[in-house]
Amino acid sequence: MTSLIIQTVVNAFVSSSFAALMAVGLVMIFGVMRVINFAHGELYMVGAYTVWYLYGENELPFFVAVIAAIALVGVVGLLMERTLFRPMRGNPLGGLILSVGVLFILQVLAVIIGGRGLMKHIPPALEGQWDVFGIEGVSVPFQRLVVIGVAVFLLALLWLFLKRTKLGWALRATAQDPEAALLQGISINKASLLAMGLGAALAGAAGGIMAPLVRVDPAMGHAAIITAFIVIIVGGIGSLEGAVVVAVLYTFFHTFVTTFLDGTLASIFGLVLLLVVLTIKPTGLFGKGEKH
Amino acid sequence: MLPFVVSQYQLDFLIFLLINVIVVASYRLITTTGEFSLGHVVMMGSGAYASAILTKQAGLSPWLSMPLGGVVAGLLAYLLSFPLFRMKGFYFLIGSFAAGEAIRLCWNRFREPFGGPKGIKLIPAPELGALNIGAAFNYYFFTLIVVLVSLVILYRIERSRIGLIFNAIHWRDVLAESVGVHTWRYRMLALVTASFFVGIAGALLAHYIGTINPNRFGLAIMLYVLVWVIVGGTNTFYGPIIGVTVLSVIDEFIRAFEELRPLIYGGILIATVRFLPQGLESLPQRLLGWWRALRRQALPAEGPPSPRSDSDRSPP
Repeated sequence: MTSLIIQTVVNAFVSSSFAALMAVGLVMIFGVMRVINFAHGELYMVGAYTVWYLYGENELPFFVAVIAAIALVGVVGLLMERTLFRPMRGNPLGGLILSVGVLFILQVLAVIIGGRGLMKHIPPALEGQWDVFGIEGVSVPFQRLVVIGVAVFLLALLWLFLKRTKLGWALRATAQDPEAALLQGISINKASLLAMGLGAALAGAAGGIMAPLVRVDPAMGHAAIITAFIVIIVGGIGSLEGAVVVAVLYTFFHTFVTTFLDGTLASIFGLVLLLVVLTIKPTGLFGKGEKH
Repeated sequence: MLPFVVSQYQLDFLIFLLINVIVVASYRLITTTGEFSLGHVVMMGSGAYASAILTKQAGLSPWLSMPLGGVVAGLLAYLLSFPLFRMKGFYFLIGSFAAGEAIRLCWNRFREPFGGPKGIKLIPAPELGALNIGAAFNYYFFTLIVVLVSLVILYRIERSRIGLIFNAIHWRDVLAESVGVHTWRYRMLALVTASFFVGIAGALLAHYIGTINPNRFGLAIMLYVLVWVIVGGTNTFYGPIIGVTVLSVIDEFIRAFEELRPLIYGGILIATVRFLPQGLESLPQRLLGWWRALRRQALPAEGPPSPRSDSDRSPP
């Protein structure tokens, strides 16, 4: 029983890492651009496909493949901002609908490149496992620890960037008040590009590091976006810290319910929780409410 | 009198198109109050499931269970409107998606009475005396009648005082409230009415194809409906109907490349939002405007300036 619980805790941390990367990216995009990126799950999928193609098929080193995934998906994000979201600024619903178009296109591209219905076999990059404190029967594959490590590293990097650099300040200022930021000489175009590029890159990273652990297929973004939506709404759509906290809380809840009851029930509970939070406090638990 | 000249396969196509016409026309009723829902297809599924279960397990005649399917979808929408209409815009969109997905997962999870992932099979078609309505030829006319009646009712609602209030809520909800409109009640009324009709559409689908499962009412289908509505345009009653018709015909042309369908839908969606934001319904006016502009360039000093050709309503 102890071993099962410890395993579940580790699994929960793995899910938290993925959920936090997804949710923080979505929140950043929403914060600066006021657009919900519906294609975020598909960006995650593209990240996973990149790692499958470079590492699984062409045997490049795993971390090179992950970095390539981050870069590629980041570029996709930049393209989306430049060609789709920028002309739609001030029309949030228009931006959301355009991202639905991107979702469709990326799914088909994944089918064309990777084929449909084939299980993508991606071997773990690190063989072996860590015997937790030498407890009998409790061991954690290194691959799972890699996910946690990479996510913590990237989020810490992002935090430093946002809090310690001028560019990061500019980004936060734009999220807080675009007009005041503009008056201070911050280019909203550049801030939007940066937010979208970084947000997409985080989704690519999530897909890349999760690729050896999950089933890689064109529809994998669907479950990912549901988790990310639950996290950002419960956490308050404008709060990065809220997103991380709720990512951990929600994935713990979800993983434990999945392990001890079943996965579909866990998702139903999560969705009902989302509805309840939206009903009681439409701006989320950590949200500050929107300025009009 | 199309059914006399087309094949069985084309008849199927027409029946599905007619059912989808109810889906988009009822969806438009929600958009007249200014909200975009992502739960509409699940409401369709609720009608389908309710009608199938009432027929198969309660032994009701399909003639009774099909309208009851609509009623169940409407009731469900009524219950959901309590949490959902505390939200607006994005939050409503995501809230309606979450509510729909939770319902859909329940169909997946609970084998009794929903049949789990495999859904419900062998749903009987309605009969009229010795006439088997389930035959495609007969079902086409049956569906046609239901669709026409639904469209007339939806159109009458839109043209009525209630429809005007929906419109007022869409454009100036605070103002509407300040002159004594109970906006929550009217939003709820729009959602419940739309869900009733889409529930009927779901029942029509279930009793024709005979098998339903949760995947038939998933997010992908909902996004297709959204594409039909957006591409057609939501400013007029006929816009979404044009959208679903045009895109369904395009579907038929690309049937050989089924895999590419989302790509083409995505491309059309992006092109529409970027270059024809009012949808296909505004295309004639746009063409007229371009033609006038061209003519003005060719003959610089001719007559009074042409009136504005844009629609008088801006996109949401």
